[in-house]
Amino acid sequence: MTKLLRWIDDRFPLTALWESQWGKYIAPKNFNFWYYFGSLAAFVLVLQIVTGIFLTMNYKPDSVKAFESVEYIMRDVEWGWLIRYMHSTGASMFFIVVYLHMLRGLMYGSYRKPRELTWIFGVLIYLCLMAEAFFGYLLPWGQMSYWGAQVIVNLFSTVPFFGEGLGVWIRGDYTISDITLNRFFAFHVAAVPLVLIAIVAAHLMALHETGSNNPDGVEIKKQPKDPVTGLPPDGIYSHPYYTIKDIVGVIVFCAIFSVIMFFVPDMWGYFIESNNFIPADPLKTPEHIAPVWYFTPYYAMLRAVPSFLGSQFWGVLVMAVAVLIFFFMPWLDRGPVKSIRYRGALYKSWLAAFVISFLILGYLGVVPVTVWGQFPENIPILGGADRATVVARFFTVVYLLFFMLMPWYTKWDKTKPEPDRVRM
Amino acid sequence: MKRYARIVAVALLVVSGVACAVETGEVRLVPAPVNRLDDESLQRGARNFVNYCLNCHSARYMRYNRLTDLGIDISMIQDNLMFATDKVGNAMTVAMTPIQGKAWFGTPPPDLTVEARVRGRDWIYNYLIGFYRDEKTATGWNNIVFPNVSMPHVLWELSGSNKLVETDFDDHERAEAAAIAVKSLALVEPKPGNKWAVLSVAPDVPGQMTRIQYEAFVADLVNYLDYMAEPARNTRIHVGMFVLLFLGLLFAFAYWTKREYWKDVH
Repeated sequence: MTKLLRWIDDRFPLTALWESQWGKYIAPKNFNFWYYFGSLAAFVLVLQIVTGIFLTMNYKPDSVKAFESVEYIMRDVEWGWLIRYMHSTGASMFFIVVYLHMLRGLMYGSYRKPRELTWIFGVLIYLCLMAEAFFGYLLPWGQMSYWGAQVIVNLFSTVPFFGEGLGVWIRGDYTISDITLNRFFAFHVAAVPLVLIAIVAAHLMALHETGSNNPDGVEIKKQPKDPVTGLPPDGIYSHPYYTIKDIVGVIVFCAIFSVIMFFVPDMWGYFIESNNFIPADPLKTPEHIAPVWYFTPYYAMLRAVPSFLGSQFWGVLVMAVAVLIFFFMPWLDRGPVKSIRYRGALYKSWLAAFVISFLILGYLGVVPVTVWGQFPENIPILGGADRATVVARFFTVVYLLFFMLMPWYTKWDKTKPEPDRVRM
Repeated sequence: MKRYARIVAVALLVVSGVACAVETGEVRLVPAPVNRLDDESLQRGARNFVNYCLNCHSARYMRYNRLTDLGIDISMIQDNLMFATDKVGNAMTVAMTPIQGKAWFGTPPPDLTVEARVRGRDWIYNYLIGFYRDEKTATGWNNIVFPNVSMPHVLWELSGSNKLVETDFDDHERAEAAAIAVKSLALVEPKPGNKWAVLSVAPDVPGQMTRIQYEAFVADLVNYLDYMAEPARNTRIHVGMFVLLFLGLLFAFAYWTKREYWKDVH
């Protein structure tokens, strides 16, 4: 065995790769609950790829056969229902895990110098994931698949001057059709996953180059190393310590995943929308089109922005800014400390306001704009307006201000000094 | 700090305030009295389905031989449940085409394979007990749950014909109370002049079945539709319990191992 390994190592840096990426990777010893979500995201990625491969064996990307092929997977393929539910539950769980992983980054300043590239690769992963989810959602060819795709592609059609042509270019047709289904299938099962895996590799390599941040924001690489072990006082080897800890995390995650998948796979319409059990019908627009929950914060923003100069493009612009602004986090934050533990009240309240905005916008994107009725006619300015729209506008502004005012409130914030050693 | 806390507090107040806004026009559905583990009910439901529904409505993703799930053997299926095809591996299709359906009913009758996952079993149950006589519509029937539906009341010979009962109230609370007192399907609807109407159905001309018999007939049918929408459901729940049990054991073992390893760190 050792001989074989040496034979390989002489020709390929297998041991070196394992040791640099995990085996001898030194991580801070104070990771808390929030640090499970990185390994969980990797776990869900593998799950999605494996279940996806098996689904592809039975799914037919054909506008006549797509819906029925999914039903056959659910009925006639051995354990097909399990594979399909794993994939559909996995899609939503991927976003839950990634959102929590991103919130961890915001809380502990994981995007700060020297980890800017890790963060940027992470935001790219998030964009890929959104594309992957969007393309995949068309494949079951139900009513929500069809009309959801219609709405999103129409967003691109609002781009001034060449929008119309852009829409046709994306669809390959004047409406969502068989052609669109085929190309979305190609993107979902080949193009986007390839890019996704490459960026995930880059995300991990960048992280293992700089070393992990931790809940205290202490740079363990700057600590004097123990002459015997070569470890900084607050560092431990990932393997076996975080290997076994992450395995415990994966098991707990699998249990939560299983409760959903086996007992409420549609999550009362949030993970699998009931309208998607109606085959796509280009002639029948559903009364209420809502995207799946993970897109609803942005969908709420889109609806909240009024049309201006006869164009809906502004809503699309706001939505795009709301996503892309994450890229600039490393440079927007000018605070002297990384972790929320040593930040002042300003950053803490802005982060809280941001999280609340995200959740409320997420809720508002699920429901129709009329959900809370209208303001009475006799109120100035707001009279007659949909209450939900006004609330969505308010929180869209809060969401954006969290980023746009960041250079100032992080600088003015009354921070506490960062310690030299981590707290357990 | 205080200013930001105040902004958050105001925002939360706005949200909680508007969340209590009054809703308009709502149907009070009765829960469908079904049991997914009751094979006899499912068998009766399958019989009701092929006899009464599977002439206009197809179930084109459901194969006849899958009915063996319900404890019906192949020869029983072939002799008693197959009217439209001769191969037991075939799906439950109908002779009527969507174009004919559209010409005859105004809209083609939907395929019912996964209808229970679209509407929910309670909706279908209430829909099937919600028909009443209405001379103003083309079919002579109307429905509380689905107003002006183009499907006629196919089961009227069994249920008899019902009539619509409408009672008006001056305020919403009293209407709500009256709707609850109906103890069956009822619709609370806003009327002009701030009044509220409670709509419900009441027996008019008796049919072959009593009301209780008819409701049991519909419950079996809905139970079957619910099964047909997801035949794997019972297996799913059954397997799920074992998976959770296994994960529980695995967790105990993994957690103990983690604690042993981490003794070095602490």
